[in-house]
Amino acid sequence: MKTFAELGFAGRLIAVEGIDGSGKSTQIFLLKRWLELQGLRVYFSEWNSSELVKSATSKGKKTNLLTPTTFCLIHATDFADRYERHLLPLLRAGYLVLCDRYIYTAFARDTVRGCPPEWVRRIYNFAALPDMTFFFRAHLEVSLQRILEGRPQLKYFEAGMDLRLSSDPYESFRIFQGRLLEQYLAMSTEFKFHVIDANQTVEAQQSLVRQLVAANLELARYAGTKN
Amino acid sequence: MTTPAPSSKSLRKGRTAGKVVVPKATPKRFYGHGIPGVEVGKLSGKLIVVEGADGSGRSTQIAQLVAWLEGRGHATVQVGLKRSTLVSEELDRAQQGNILSRMTLSLFYATDFADQLENIMLPALKAGFMVLADRYIYTLMARDLVRGMDEEWVKNLYSIALVPDAVFYLQVSPQELVQRNFAKNHALDFWESGMDLGFSRDMFDSFLQYQRRMAETFQHLQKTYGFLMVDGNRAPEEVNHELQHKIDSVLAGRV
Repeated sequence: MKTFAELGFAGRLIAVEGIDGSGKSTQIFLLKRWLELQGLRVYFSEWNSSELVKSATSKGKKTNLLTPTTFCLIHATDFADRYERHLLPLLRAGYLVLCDRYIYTAFARDTVRGCPPEWVRRIYNFAALPDMTFFFRAHLEVSLQRILEGRPQLKYFEAGMDLRLSSDPYESFRIFQGRLLEQYLAMSTEFKFHVIDANQTVEAQQSLVRQLVAANLELARYAGTKN
Repeated sequence: MTTPAPSSKSLRKGRTAGKVVVPKATPKRFYGHGIPGVEVGKLSGKLIVVEGADGSGRSTQIAQLVAWLEGRGHATVQVGLKRSTLVSEELDRAQQGNILSRMTLSLFYATDFADQLENIMLPALKAGFMVLADRYIYTLMARDLVRGMDEEWVKNLYSIALVPDAVFYLQVSPQELVQRNFAKNHALDFWESGMDLGFSRDMFDSFLQYQRRMAETFQHLQKTYGFLMVDGNRAPEEVNHELQHKIDSVLAGRV
């Protein structure tokens, strides 16, 4: 598997990964603002957001109809739709594409759900690797607290209730997120994640993210059109 | 009032009077890792697949097989493409706009297949039903391959599938398919004509080219998956007779 840069694309893709409550969405939002305010061509894409596929996914989730296999496949469908219709053309056109979650989210979740890792990875092997992946590594307890304070009503699949880890959604959520964290850590070296200590302040993390982006990408190349 | 249980002697005598033959169990397996947590040893039913292009007579054949099997005392369940509770509506809607790219379409169909496999086929087979599939993974694979997708990728995707007890491929020439489609609808279907591939802007021309390529791809897949090729150019009854004969062997555990 190769990165977009290695494949000769004009654009670059930056992904953020981490468990729920690690603060990655805040960080990618701030990164996006910084790039946009410099007048660069930026596109942002979120996991599980394809218009075409979303209604099927939410129906499946609401009615607890999804199994590990269909959970994997429907998210792969969603990803493929965004990848082929938005990400690829924009990357060809020289955009900076920012992704809140990328294929590693699928690798972690589907593996924890019991799908064979090799099967999942091969399904996603049509996708190029991000040029930079930031992994926000927070203490499990800190992430759990953030989520559990803000949104006490946990969703069934989000809490990993389908795995029957515990009949208590909060306990299930803890175990599930803990397993996801293990998966991320295991992938960290293999996929050269830029690991950001998510226990720092928002500003300290963002400062590091911006420095790394500026050092790794020639940002001037992604300037928007003059008029 | 309760009916006394028949003695084994009266059962033997009843051979001509409504005796139902219990199919012989044969070992089942998945093409690859399959579905996590499924015990294939408990799947006592039979999975019978009928493949072929639109107009090859699949639905007619399946309807006749269902009647025949039920007449002989077997419970049946039917599945087919785009019939899942999970995504069939969404897939239909997306296809009407012709906006799906090939990878998305492929994964959408795979989701539809997996949903039916896990929620209909496997439970029915466990309960000893005869599952009749109006197309299976082979059509899906052939469509992907004709669209230039990587064969290893497609095979990995469908390694979740159960190996059927029999797969019949109804072979009908593209020219005959055109005539049958026109006789039925007076129109050709956008996707069945492979219009998304841009072979030709002429739908008739595109249909012939697309069906020819699909037939070639099935020939190629046949080498790996060993379908029973059935000449579908004959009268429906004649075709069905051949299918019944082969299914008899499947039920007797000879295949």
